Amino acid sequence: MSILIDSDTTFIVQGITGREAVNLTRECLDYGTGAKVVGGVTPGRLGRDVHGVPVFDTVAQAVAHHRAPIDGSVVTVPPAFTKDAVFEAIENGVKLIVIVTERIPRRDVAEMVELATLRGARIIGPNCLGIIVPDVIKMGGIGGPAKNAAQAYTPGPIGVISRSGGMTTEMSSTLSAAGLGQSTAVSIGGDAIIGSSYAELMPLFEADEQTQGIVIYTEPGGRMEAELARWVTEKDSRLPIVAFMAGRFMDEMPGMSFGHAGTIVEGKEDTASEKIARLAQAGITVAERIEDIPEMIRAKIAERSAA
Amino acid sequence: MRFFEYEAREVVKRAGIPVTDYGFTTDAAEAREIAQRIDGPTVIKSQVLSGGRMKAGGVKFADTPEEAESHAREILQLEIAGHMPRGVLVDPKAEVEQEYYAGVVWDGIRKQPVMIFSPVGGIDIEQVAEEQPEKVGRRHFSNILPLSDFEAKEVIAATGVTGSALNKLVPIVKRLAQLFVENDMVLAEINPLGRLADGSFVALDAHMDIENEARGRHKKLLADLGVGDEETRQAREATPFELAGEEVDSQDHRGVAGNVTEFDGNLGLVIGAGGGSLTLFDAVRAHGGKPANYCEIGGNPSVSKTCGLAKLVLQKPGVEQIAVMMSIVSNTRVDIVARGVIKACLELGHDPGEKIAIFRIPGAWEEEGFKILEKYGVDYADRSVSLNEAARRAVEKIGGASA
Repeated sequence: MSILIDSDTTFIVQGITGREAVNLTRECLDYGTGAKVVGGVTPGRLGRDVHGVPVFDTVAQAVAHHRAPIDGSVVTVPPAFTKDAVFEAIENGVKLIVIVTERIPRRDVAEMVELATLRGARIIGPNCLGIIVPDVIKMGGIGGPAKNAAQAYTPGPIGVISRSGGMTTEMSSTLSAAGLGQSTAVSIGGDAIIGSSYAELMPLFEADEQTQGIVIYTEPGGRMEAELARWVTEKDSRLPIVAFMAGRFMDEMPGMSFGHAGTIVEGKEDTASEKIARLAQAGITVAERIEDIPEMIRAKIAERSAA
Repeated sequence: MRFFEYEAREVVKRAGIPVTDYGFTTDAAEAREIAQRIDGPTVIKSQVLSGGRMKAGGVKFADTPEEAESHAREILQLEIAGHMPRGVLVDPKAEVEQEYYAGVVWDGIRKQPVMIFSPVGGIDIEQVAEEQPEKVGRRHFSNILPLSDFEAKEVIAATGVTGSALNKLVPIVKRLAQLFVENDMVLAEINPLGRLADGSFVALDAHMDIENEARGRHKKLLADLGVGDEETRQAREATPFELAGEEVDSQDHRGVAGNVTEFDGNLGLVIGAGGGSLTLFDAVRAHGGKPANYCEIGGNPSVSKTCGLAKLVLQKPGVEQIAVMMSIVSNTRVDIVARGVIKACLELGHDPGEKIAIFRIPGAWEEEGFKILEKYGVDYADRSVSLNEAARRAVEKIGGASA
């Protein structure tokens, strides 16, 4: 199986008439068994279509047209309008929201996440590329055009969680080349506050029979890795984890932001070296090089199944 | 973006929190006038963004206006941690009975702001939390429910503060929480918050940091404070090379080719995307390479933008070769980046095959890209060569150390 989405998942694209959103819609329709993109929303564009997907002014119109609840939404509207778009999706019963938009102030993100939590919805992102279940479905720009995504991602036992969209594909491609496919790969976003952290996705992978091990990509900044280390220790997770830490050079440059908005060393706890130590303490192997990851996770899976 | 103390105090004042009758100036003679107006002992404080002002001699006490002027003159000339002061603050020396702490920050795990309060102020709150944890109150508050007095009351009462002090502190802590939210702060701190002999409270110093992404919706506040759009107040000032990088990136809105940070090595980097750049920069250094710069490409930038970035890096003094490397691209096109970097070499009169140590960008439009690279004799690699291996080859070529 997979986590978050499968071949039956229906979703809409909010901001569907934007240039990137048009491409993203094409990619999702083409990939795997073909995503069920049941509508798009751009205010004032009711009646148009994007690659055959009907466009509506409101999420409510899309739901009415679909005659059933819609599972998800990919939000690609500009930062100033994102909060409203996400509120609209949540209040219309959408339960899984992938926010692609970058540069959203964290107050807005925090408001969206709190409303989502109240309504039993989940947010992935912002500043992310979405979710992919290899050969089945992708929700978001992850992996790019169907042809390219098919080259990097293959089905298999590894769950991938990454703060970098591009590195989700780089690591999955490395795993695929070594014969290790992915159950689901999730680009969780590079901001300081995001809808779903490593620790918040772990229970889903834990419950997914297909998943036998987890590979994560991580960076300096924030306390999400400490949260993961705590979760792994407390829950005695069945899943072995291998982590890759980028941005080690940043430890020498406190206060400077690199790569992603959330990637900044502000205190002792969010340096690369501190995080590596914390992850290692929780039994999470931290790889020095990406090419070492497949053998590391393979060995850890073998170790667990032998025990 | 950090605010200077004199700006942060203005933000505090506007929120209705009592402050002392201070004055800000860049001129020693004016410091004397402010001290005269205050008509009592004063504190002269250097206005710099770095910490450790007191130790560095950036805070001095004056009994007379003449003394205030001479201290101001000294402090205005005093560099602290590499920064010259923006000016000085002339503050009445308050008769403080007790120093408290009040602050608000984000908790990225709970995804809510958290109020922090302590009756032990004037020192670093982290130190208080370590030494006297029972003296630090913390309370998260909702992002969508209205903020209520009782929330401030709880966090203060949790530290053992009661009586009239509690009742006087509630509106101050609540207003601080409100200003944090309304102004999109990532840090809002009053430390110390002084209790005076008459039992009233006054903010004696404040630290504020506004989120860069939200600056656009606080234009009025920033204009009132005199903060220019161009002021980024990074941990260190941008170099001319970095500013030129910003210029390249802003030439059109398509994609990113910028976010340049200067280093002093000989290997120029044209790398991407966000996570890929971090990974590659680490890899170059791990192999003993000396990067001349950090940068990012992503989101499918145009040929001219990529060319602009490559030219900038190629022209940086000391750069011998460039390495063009990215994690697998799906949105950015390999052929466009290839065209951009080759064009940069040619326009500067270089042979792309010699100047480009390695080109490792697999992904969208790679066949087209590799064809162009082959034509110009550029050494390229596909996805079977790892980011780490590509970095190693680049370092080896430039004659740096290599493992």
